[in-house]
Amino acid sequence: MPWAEALIASKAEEVEVGQEGRILSYVDALREALSLALDLDPNVFVLGQGVNDPRGMFGVTTGLHEEFGVERVFDTPLSEEGLTGICAGAALVGMRPVYLHNRPDFLLLAFNQIVSHASKFSWMDNGKGRVPLVIWSAIGRGWGSGAQHSQAIQGLLMGVPGLKIIMPSTPYDAKGLMLAAIADNNPTLIFEHRWSMRSKGHVPEGTYKVPIGKGVYRKRGTDLTVVGTSHALEVALEAMDELSPQGISADVIDLRTIKPLDEEIIFESLKKTGKILVVDTGWQMAGVCAEIGCLVAEKAFHDLKGPVRRIGLPDSHTPAGFSLEQYYYPNKEKMMGVIKEMVEK
Amino acid sequence: MRYPYNPENFTSFHSSETVYDKAFLTRLYREMLRIRRIEEEIASRYHEDEMKSPIHLVIGQESTAVGVCAALEKTDLAFCGHRTHGVYLAKGGDLKAMMSELYCRANGCAGSRGGSMHLFDKSVGMESSSAIVAGSIPTSVGAAFASQRRKDKFICVSFLGDAATEEGAFWEALNFAALHKLPIVFICENNFFSVCSPLEVRQPKVAIYKKAESFGVPSVQIDGTKVLEVYAAARQAVERARSGAGPSFIESVAYRYLGHGGATDDSASGYRDPAEVEHWREHDPISTFHDFLVSKSQLTATEIEQMEKEIRSEVLSAFEHAISSPEPGEEELMTHVYSD
Repeated sequence: MPWAEALIASKAEEVEVGQEGRILSYVDALREALSLALDLDPNVFVLGQGVNDPRGMFGVTTGLHEEFGVERVFDTPLSEEGLTGICAGAALVGMRPVYLHNRPDFLLLAFNQIVSHASKFSWMDNGKGRVPLVIWSAIGRGWGSGAQHSQAIQGLLMGVPGLKIIMPSTPYDAKGLMLAAIADNNPTLIFEHRWSMRSKGHVPEGTYKVPIGKGVYRKRGTDLTVVGTSHALEVALEAMDELSPQGISADVIDLRTIKPLDEEIIFESLKKTGKILVVDTGWQMAGVCAEIGCLVAEKAFHDLKGPVRRIGLPDSHTPAGFSLEQYYYPNKEKMMGVIKEMVEK
Repeated sequence: MRYPYNPENFTSFHSSETVYDKAFLTRLYREMLRIRRIEEEIASRYHEDEMKSPIHLVIGQESTAVGVCAALEKTDLAFCGHRTHGVYLAKGGDLKAMMSELYCRANGCAGSRGGSMHLFDKSVGMESSSAIVAGSIPTSVGAAFASQRRKDKFICVSFLGDAATEEGAFWEALNFAALHKLPIVFICENNFFSVCSPLEVRQPKVAIYKKAESFGVPSVQIDGTKVLEVYAAARQAVERARSGAGPSFIESVAYRYLGHGGATDDSASGYRDPAEVEHWREHDPISTFHDFLVSKSQLTATEIEQMEKEIRSEVLSAFEHAISSPEPGEEELMTHVYSD
């Protein structure tokens, strides 16, 4: 049995939250996940424009082609649509491609293959086809990334049936979710955030997987529930750290996966706090914030003691210039302001 | 007439000295005739509105699918676009499952999820099809990539139309296939029209195969109305793919008699000259092959009569099977959105 199958079969290997293990950088945690997967399953291959660069893609792929050969870790033509379809085709006949992109912006070129093909094969083939494909990219921010190198497009894809969407925020989750994604039999997108990728944390050795579709409490409190993923959640945690001496406490939930969405953990917390703030790295309108806000209004209205609040990006584009950019992204102070308003009302 | 039959442009692969046995020749003829009769039966009943599915009939172009698939093993994988019927049947796809799919029944090959534009039968290597023009080309190249990397025995064949070469995905996939010398054959069925838009308003006057050739891929234009020409060209390309030498591109020129979609010839609407259709009917793949076989004493009137009888009986029974099969229930809607 290939490793990926074995991992799927074994629920015992799922680990909830890691507090132990070596301190490893986020990037090294990801690299280790890819290395383990390549080592354990001959069907896994890693590709993308620049994965064989001397420095690897952001360091995530450094040296992998030397370790596993250019047959399995290789640079590609840009051809984002073509290559996504090629990965889906390879997956359809049993391989497990991991296709890496510098930025999610480039996935917009591949929507035809992601949305109209890869996501549909299992369903349109009446269950006879499956697409174990991982598409990884890192959301950019700052230093002139601008409107075309910083887009957080998870909200555009959240409504597409058949996809899974992962948004880690810690090195532990980055590794465990990458392994879970490779082991999964569905087209799975991982949106990393470049700023989260600077962190370090506890990362166990060996293979383990973090369950896809399960959120986790990062803080426990009573005044409100803050829910989100990735870098947006990190900012929320910093905001709560500053508010804690003022006697404000919150359940801070890291969803880790936005599709499937862990509705239970949101409702469980909301039952206790009665107030919810949704944060996301993407646009506020019609995205992750909007979906979770609507979900709560629809299914947990009776638990709400005040209006749902959301903090995402404004209905505008990312400016490349430094000073304008400061106004664009919601910062810790803005989050603190909203949280205080919510608690005081 | 915009697009006359012009044999001068075609490269010939079939040598008149090649001797095929009678069983093989009869099989090719029978398979083309079978597809024609199935398509005609679909066309004759389409107005009943029980086949609630957009159809793209292959009448006039049967020789390409039959000639190519005759050069393949059952384990080789075929991929195609929206005009699926010919490839599906030539690759050995189950007729009853196809008819059930067209009649939106639970036992259709895609469980009534795909319709005419998404026929597949993985048991015979009819792997996938896409209703997005050029959509399945990258998929086919990906499967060929998997075959190469895993050292599998199968090769892939990607059926596409002339308009698919106007999509970026085709060139991206061709580039990758050429780069990695993948075991794949591209079969471009050029019938001159994308829905009602003629080739001349869509592409500069450079033969499609010439463009593919510029990628370093052996490319030819062949007479797509001659099944033995198609077979001979495909066989060479298939051998090349199987030997590890890489992809080939075959532009097979034939003409669709009916409209892009639906059951009738819509030439009278004015987008093409009805005389052009009549002109191509004189080069009909089935009747020209019939005349060839009769002239070589490889086929008799009695044999044809017997063949027609068997096909008629099979077709009627497949339609009956579909019509009497149950429709899917609501519970089907949410299954297989995800794979286990």
